[in-house]
Amino acid sequence: MSRRPAPEPVQVIKQRRDAALAALVGGVPYIGFLGVRFERLGDELTAILPFDDKLIGNPVLPAIHGGVTASFLEVAAIIELSWAMIWADMESGRLDPLTLDPEHLPRLPKTIDFTVDYLRSGLPRDAYARARINRSGRRYASVHVEAWQDNRTRLFAQATGHFLMPQAPESAGSAG
Amino acid sequence: MSPPPADAPQRFIEALPFARALGIELEHIGDGHARLSMPWDARFVGDPATGVIHGGAVSALMDTCCGAAVLSFPGAMGTATIDLRIDYMRAARPGARITAQAECYHATRTVAFVRATATDGEGETPVASAAGAFVIERAAKTGSAPS
Repeated sequence: MSRRPAPEPVQVIKQRRDAALAALVGGVPYIGFLGVRFERLGDELTAILPFDDKLIGNPVLPAIHGGVTASFLEVAAIIELSWAMIWADMESGRLDPLTLDPEHLPRLPKTIDFTVDYLRSGLPRDAYARARINRSGRRYASVHVEAWQDNRTRLFAQATGHFLMPQAPESAGSAG
Repeated sequence: MSPPPADAPQRFIEALPFARALGIELEHIGDGHARLSMPWDARFVGDPATGVIHGGAVSALMDTCCGAAVLSFPGAMGTATIDLRIDYMRAARPGARITAQAECYHATRTVAFVRATATDGEGETPVASAAGAFVIERAAKTGSAPS
């Protein structure tokens, strides 16, 4: 095996990444309750919140509940952080996405604080969000999230949160 | 002018589809204060390893509670969140009902300042605390003077 190995077939790469993302997202009941899903381009994630009547907070306008917006942004931040956390292990093969089930998921970051800035009322239509990790240390991370509906540059909400990162187990290897 | 019926706030909370989806119940409201609670539900779990409720669900309870406190402030007709910060002090006990208590401690003509805490009935330390600014819509000054 002295020759350089052939590049991985594209389908193998996609399957691995999509399976890991699906396991991460599918393991959290509240994400399913909200109906949030994720689209992936390489390592870039976009959270999508399809509109549903149950998400309304102000039936007169109508507008999406502020708590839905906060939840959506916090979900986007936590998944982005977890995704960044498992990326290297997933790509190197140390983590096999096919063994990821709710009992064998990596431990999730814990929210320390989360501040939501409501810029416009959330309209009764789909919403999108992307999170950016501004600082990621061994213990703490700072994440900024932007959410929009029709126009990417017209945000309807943004948020900043701080997170406590899960500490790696003393010995390397999976928890189970 | 007769005051609104006593069950109006409860009916208002029940008219909010997402508050209803979370099973939120109004326990007390009046004079810029509100107390609301939310049951533990497997669908609201954020950490499958521990069964702890997702921070977003706690945020939604806090936001609803703060909004209710603003609406009960004398003269308020409507509200919307401008910003809300939540500090998560500890994990909520799996299976426990979470109760939020909010106080609108100051209001200008257009902005209400609110703080809130959430507890799970265990110990002195709240599960979370919140502080936010809310829009406060007041009755238009046309016609008869407000009572």
